[in-house]
Amino acid sequence: MRLIIVDTGCANLASVQYAFTRLGVDTHISDDAAQINSAERIVLPGVGSAPYAMEKIRGKGLEDTLQNLSQPVLGICLGMQLIFETLDEGSMPSQGLGLVPGRIGLLDTKGAPSPHMGWNTLGDLKDDPILESVKSGSYAYFVHSFAAPISNNTLASSEYGMKFSAIVRHKNIWGCQFHPERSSHIGAQILKNFSKVTL
Amino acid sequence: MLARRIIPCLDVRDGRVVKGVQFRNHEDVGDIIDLAMRYRDEGADELVFYDITASVDDRTVSPDWVGRVSRAIDIPFCVAGGIKTVEAAGARLAAGADKISINSPALARPDLINELHDAFGKQCVVVGIDTFEENGTYRVKSHTGDPDKTRETGRMTLDWVIEACKRGAGEIVLNCMNQDGVRKGYDIMQLKAVRAVCSVPLIASGGAGAAEHFEDVFKQANVDGALAASVFHKSVIAIPDLKAALKAANIEMRL
Repeated sequence: MRLIIVDTGCANLASVQYAFTRLGVDTHISDDAAQINSAERIVLPGVGSAPYAMEKIRGKGLEDTLQNLSQPVLGICLGMQLIFETLDEGSMPSQGLGLVPGRIGLLDTKGAPSPHMGWNTLGDLKDDPILESVKSGSYAYFVHSFAAPISNNTLASSEYGMKFSAIVRHKNIWGCQFHPERSSHIGAQILKNFSKVTL
Repeated sequence: MLARRIIPCLDVRDGRVVKGVQFRNHEDVGDIIDLAMRYRDEGADELVFYDITASVDDRTVSPDWVGRVSRAIDIPFCVAGGIKTVEAAGARLAAGADKISINSPALARPDLINELHDAFGKQCVVVGIDTFEENGTYRVKSHTGDPDKTRETGRMTLDWVIEACKRGAGEIVLNCMNQDGVRKGYDIMQLKAVRAVCSVPLIASGGAGAAEHFEDVFKQANVDGALAASVFHKSVIAIPDLKAALKAANIEMRL
C-alpha cells in the first residue's frame, strides 16, 4: 500500500528515498516482484549505462513485472530512459522495457561539453497533475548523455544543443530525465505531486 | 538554457570544514551539515566536499557524513578524497553522493578512471587536477593536502586533461594552485587553454575573491562552473548577491 523504489541494482537509491522522507512520504526499497506488484506507486530510479541496467533488471527477473504494472510509475533519469522501447546506448541498440513508445538517442550537444550536466530550464509545459504548481522556466538538475526526443508524450521539454523530453507521460507511466531528488524545491514539488497522483 | 554553476567547496578534516591558504595553516570554519544547509538555502548549485587529509594519510572518506549530507540537502554534491577503488567509490555513491572526485589516486593509477566509468557511468566520475604554473608551463602535482608530501607528477596539465577525458571522466575540476586562497581571480589564461582541450564540463577552482572574478571566468574561459571556498565561508561574497550580479551581467543563473 505504499510507494516502492525499485532496487535496480545500479541506482542511487538512498538519495531518492531521502527526498521522499523529507516530504513525509513513506517509501520502501525492494526488488521483490510481489511487493512491487502490490505497491500503490512505483519509482524506477537509475544511474549509469542503460544496457547494464537492463541486464540487472533481467538478472533479478523483474522485466516481466515492470512491464505489467497498472499503478502510477515514475522513472527517474536512467530509469526514465529504460521505460522506452529502444535504447541507443552501447555498442548496438538494445531493448528497453517498452512502456512508452519511442527511442532514446544520443543527445547532440552541438559541440557543447557532454554530458549535459547542471541546472536547466523546463519549458513547453503541458497540463498534467505531476506539473501542478510547477512553472515554465523552473530549473531542474540534469546529468545525462542520452535523451528522449520530443513526442506527443512530452509533458515538459528542455534544451541543450537540441530540444529533448524533460518529462514524459504515457498512460500510467511518467518519466523525468532530470533528478527531482536533487532539484531543490521544484524537484520536491514534482515528487510530492507524484505521491498524490491518481489514475 | 543551461545555467552556469556556483559551487562552494568544503574542505573536510576530521569531520569539520576547514580552510587554509595555499593548502597550509588550516582553520576551522564550521560543521558540515550546518554549512551544507546554509549554502543550499543561499542558492548554491552544487557542493563539493574534499577530505583534504585522505590521500596523504592513506584514509578514505567517512561514508557516515556522506549519508548525513544526502539526507539533509536537495541539491547535488560531490565527494572527494582518498577514493582509490571501485568499492570505495561505490560505497559513497550508495550513501547518496551524486559524484565522486578522484585526484592523486588517478595519477598513481590512471586505469581507476576507466574502472569507475565502467562501473558507474561517466556522469558520476569527476577528475580533480591540482595544477601549478611555472615559467608559462602548466604541471600537475599530487598529494597537495600536505605541503610536505606534495609531489611533482611529471605530467603536463593539458595532456592529463585530455587523457582523463579519454579514459571516461565526466567532469574536470581544475584547481590552479598559484591562485588558491589568495583571492586575486581565477587563472583565466590557464582555464582557457584547458577549456580548448576539455570535452566534458569544466569547473574552475582557485583564486575567487570578488564577484567580477566569477564574471571573468564564465565570460572569458567559458567554464561550466566556478568553485570557491574561503570567500563563501567567510561571507566575503554572499551567494544570492553574486548570482544576481552574474545574472545582470547576462550570465545564465538559477535564481
